[in-house]
Amino acid sequence: MAQPTDRKYSRTHEWAMLAGDVATVGITQFAQEQLGDVVFVELPAAGTAVEAGKACGNIESVKAVSEVFSPVSGEVIEVNGELEAHPELVNKEPFGGGWLIRVRVGAGALDHLLDAAAYEAFLAEEGH
Amino acid sequence: MTRHELLRTPLYDCHVEAGGRIVPFAGFEMPVQYVGVIEEHHAVRKAVGLFDVSHMGEIDIVGRRALEFVQHVTCNDASKLVAGRAQYSGLMTRRGTFVDDLLVHKISDEHYFLVVNAANKDKDYAYLCAQTEEFDHVEVIDRSADYAQIAVQGPLAQQVLQRLTPVPLADIKYYRFVEGKVDGEPAIIARTGYTGEDGFEVYLDPTAAPGLWHRLLEVGRPEGIMPCGLGCRDTLRFEACMPLYGNDIDDTTTPFEAGLGWIVKLDKGAFLGHDVLARQHAEGIRRKLVGFAMTGRGIARHGYPIWHGGKPVGTVTSGSHAPTLGRALGMGYVPVELAATGTHIEIEIRGQKVAAEIVEMPFYRRAR
Repeated sequence: MAQPTDRKYSRTHEWAMLAGDVATVGITQFAQEQLGDVVFVELPAAGTAVEAGKACGNIESVKAVSEVFSPVSGEVIEVNGELEAHPELVNKEPFGGGWLIRVRVGAGALDHLLDAAAYEAFLAEEGH
Repeated sequence: MTRHELLRTPLYDCHVEAGGRIVPFAGFEMPVQYVGVIEEHHAVRKAVGLFDVSHMGEIDIVGRRALEFVQHVTCNDASKLVAGRAQYSGLMTRRGTFVDDLLVHKISDEHYFLVVNAANKDKDYAYLCAQTEEFDHVEVIDRSADYAQIAVQGPLAQQVLQRLTPVPLADIKYYRFVEGKVDGEPAIIARTGYTGEDGFEVYLDPTAAPGLWHRLLEVGRPEGIMPCGLGCRDTLRFEACMPLYGNDIDDTTTPFEAGLGWIVKLDKGAFLGHDVLARQHAEGIRRKLVGFAMTGRGIARHGYPIWHGGKPVGTVTSGSHAPTLGRALGMGYVPVELAATGTHIEIEIRGQKVAAEIVEMPFYRRAR
């Protein structure tokens, strides 16, 4: 499973991609496969502060609910409104149209995250 | 339970081969999904799906007093059955609550074939054996290892299954069964299911099951047959409001409370729990299983509290996104005075109260 190299990854299977001081956050291909069909996404409202490694929302598949952990710390400035009507975007385009939130972050906010190669190695280690 | 203690059905290799995602369920390693719950769900509603339900338990009741025994332990009236007919019923405690819900098939006057929930099979078998102390000439036999069970479900189920059997399937009405050959192997073919669609449940020798599984996938290709996992089995039964033991019914709930009064035949004579149920029938129930639709954003899940007028009034027993209906629905017990359709309630979802409204059950009823 090739991971996009234009972003970084958490060990809880979220990604963050930086453009200026804004990080777009989503879940990985691996995470969406594990979840199964996503039917509901609950995200923090714009203006909410999120903290790296802390739960910031919930993704519900048909069968279960799973927490999403923010890979970065900062202030939510935008939420993917498309997901309200089309939660399945998380399954179909986890690295694209299925993004979750945009967060204004400080310098070095992604430094603690894994790059694509390291995340891939982490998946392999975990036996996936 | 650790993984090595889990049982496998005779179709385990078929599931792995087909890319099924295997999860522990009721002591078995079972496929929860293959391509995805929603796609499999729609396949069953619109065409045909194939389920491995070999984990279900089969128990024979045989002997001269077989009917009398079945009448004693279940709440429905098994004397109404003729050979070749099946009945949905409840295995009752003395308190009139469910030990299990089950299907009772009459094979002959001295032979009844019970199909019970996998998770309850050992408990049911022990319970039934204990009841035989008062009955001579009755034998309870656990036949679960002797049968595989494959469910072919959906509007095109008959068309597909007919290609593999000389038995005229159109002649088998709902809740009837015949013994005949399927793909050359002896089988019991019952027009029953747990999806809210037309379909069949085929019981056969475990060694013959993988062959039939592959043949069904082959001959059902023109209809788009799909192997289906337990995930969509749950969403399908949920939309049809068929109760799930351990969620919607258990040994604390009675058939009247669960809206299953139609399986309680008080006038058939004494049976376990009869007196409690007769009293409840006369006095009325205090709480009732109701269906609700989420009007606010969120999905109710098993165990979430139900609120009304600022107080907790009940608990969600099943809740899910309903794929056919495209909305979030649920079931749960509430006091009878709150059970009317249109009543506004709230579901506590992760600490937040979200609006919901009582709606009619079943949520989905197939066109006949």
